[in-house]
Amino acid sequence: MADIIAQDNRPQDSAAEAAPAAEAERVPTVVADRVDIVYRVNGTGAGRGSATAALNRILRRKQSEKAAGVRRVHAVKCVSFTAYRGEAIGLIGTNGSGKSTLLKAVAGLLPVESGKIYTDGQPSLLGVNAALMNDLTGERNVHLGGLAMGMSREQIKERYQEIVDFSGINEKGDFITLPMRTYSSGMAARLRFSIAAAKDHDVLMIDEALATGDRSFQKRSEARIRELRKSAGTVFLVSHNNKSIRDTCDRVLWLERGELRMDGPTEDVLKEYEKFTGK
Amino acid sequence: MSQVLNTPPPTASSASPTGDAAALAARYGLTVSGARPSLPAYVRQLWERRHFITAFATAKLTAQYSQAKLGQVWQVMTPLLNAAVYYFIFGVLLGTKHGVPDFVPFLVTGVFIWTFTQSSIMAGTRAISGSLGLVRALHFPRAALPVSYAIQQLQQLLFSMAALVVILLCFGVPVSASWLLVVPVLTLQFLFNAGVAMVVARMGAKTPDIAQLMPFVLRTWMYVSGVMWSIAATVKNSHMPHWAEVALESNPAAVYIDLTRFALIDSFHAHQLPHHVWALAIGWALLAGVGGFIYFWKAEETYGRG
Repeated sequence: MADIIAQDNRPQDSAAEAAPAAEAERVPTVVADRVDIVYRVNGTGAGRGSATAALNRILRRKQSEKAAGVRRVHAVKCVSFTAYRGEAIGLIGTNGSGKSTLLKAVAGLLPVESGKIYTDGQPSLLGVNAALMNDLTGERNVHLGGLAMGMSREQIKERYQEIVDFSGINEKGDFITLPMRTYSSGMAARLRFSIAAAKDHDVLMIDEALATGDRSFQKRSEARIRELRKSAGTVFLVSHNNKSIRDTCDRVLWLERGELRMDGPTEDVLKEYEKFTGK
Repeated sequence: MSQVLNTPPPTASSASPTGDAAALAARYGLTVSGARPSLPAYVRQLWERRHFITAFATAKLTAQYSQAKLGQVWQVMTPLLNAAVYYFIFGVLLGTKHGVPDFVPFLVTGVFIWTFTQSSIMAGTRAISGSLGLVRALHFPRAALPVSYAIQQLQQLLFSMAALVVILLCFGVPVSASWLLVVPVLTLQFLFNAGVAMVVARMGAKTPDIAQLMPFVLRTWMYVSGVMWSIAATVKNSHMPHWAEVALESNPAAVYIDLTRFALIDSFHAHQLPHHVWALAIGWALLAGVGGFIYFWKAEETYGRG
């Protein structure tokens, strides 16, 4: 039975102490130590108009941020866990519970407010959407996306055909030479996934990437994810689809309101989670 | 169920596990995620991403006019129209052209060179704050963004320079070997622009309001930089205190503008340039380029916090 984190104040402490003694061969790849992540949102001055709030903010810099009209969103609260090589870890929780935020922090993309995250090498997020430009052709986006992920020009040239074939963009005519804004949303999503999945990663994090495209493309991408898992040391998967979590993961972290509620084997955590969500 | 959900977060009063986690991480050689690399490592990472930087700049440039019917023709049309507006106001209406030979080439060179600095800085203010999605999704040295925006403006300037050559020839300015001086001048100006872009990128990442303020700063800067009037001619006829004269003449924008005019226009003579003009041009480029880079790098790990 997995322990319920919310009732245990120092969960990872004991786990970290037990690990070297009991299972000396387990190599950690990600260690998160009491991680807090806070978003600050400007311009949410309540009621009395945000111009006064903004002035307040400038004049009274040192005063509490709340009085100055800055809203603090505490997205992740004191989360600790250790991930080991070869694990596939699912992240579950209701919408807005901090799953994606935690992943971004592990990838080093979002600064933490307090606490530390230690990683083996450079974890990467499977996602390249932000680097792509709708006004460019699919072909140029493949190059741009590849470069943005840190692939070399040669690697991109080598894999270009593979990416296009995998996306299936050219199945219905020569669409890869058209600007991406002319694609249907499904086609664009397929191309984005194909570009993102073209690179090999050490620690791979997948944020609900499985839910794109039509049925045949979903099958193909699931196969590709399994392939990526084999070459990656550790895989994190965020999903609301409990079936895909069961299929891929052997350990699950359950986040609720930014807190780690449960950490344990997939079946145990999912059982509790399904009870919680009322399935 | 709800009492479990509402459990307060664990208090920090219990013995801190920091030591254990750090020790565990150290034993297996794990490093802190998202930590700022050393300066030499940062330079190396940036160099490794050079293809991304140029590809991103070119992509932005082509995407800019891809929806317009005339397409890439706007690359040349936009600076020309700009020059026409300034000619109409300052040349025809206000008559600033008195005492300036070859006024049209003088004005157009000024406008193009100034626009290069202006748009690099404007793009710099939004380099991080406008690309938060990219910063939060992918790993790369963040300096790639302001540098890439500065390169995009450099590419834009090359289109303007092609238009400028046509204008110069139309107004009977002879082709000469001194035109080659444009290359070192623009290189230095690019270094300066990229440096300032990195400074404002860091400021804009922390305080997005900079982007609202910057147009006013830039407009003031433009009016004192001799873009559409001749600093040398004005200074000669006025009773300005010496320090004001020196300040006007050593302003980096004025230095690069005057050097380009000197290189391109035969009636713009060396005595119209301030003293030690090349030292000034190199000094500003190094100060802004190196200083701006270090200033930007110092906050590397904080970009992306919204």
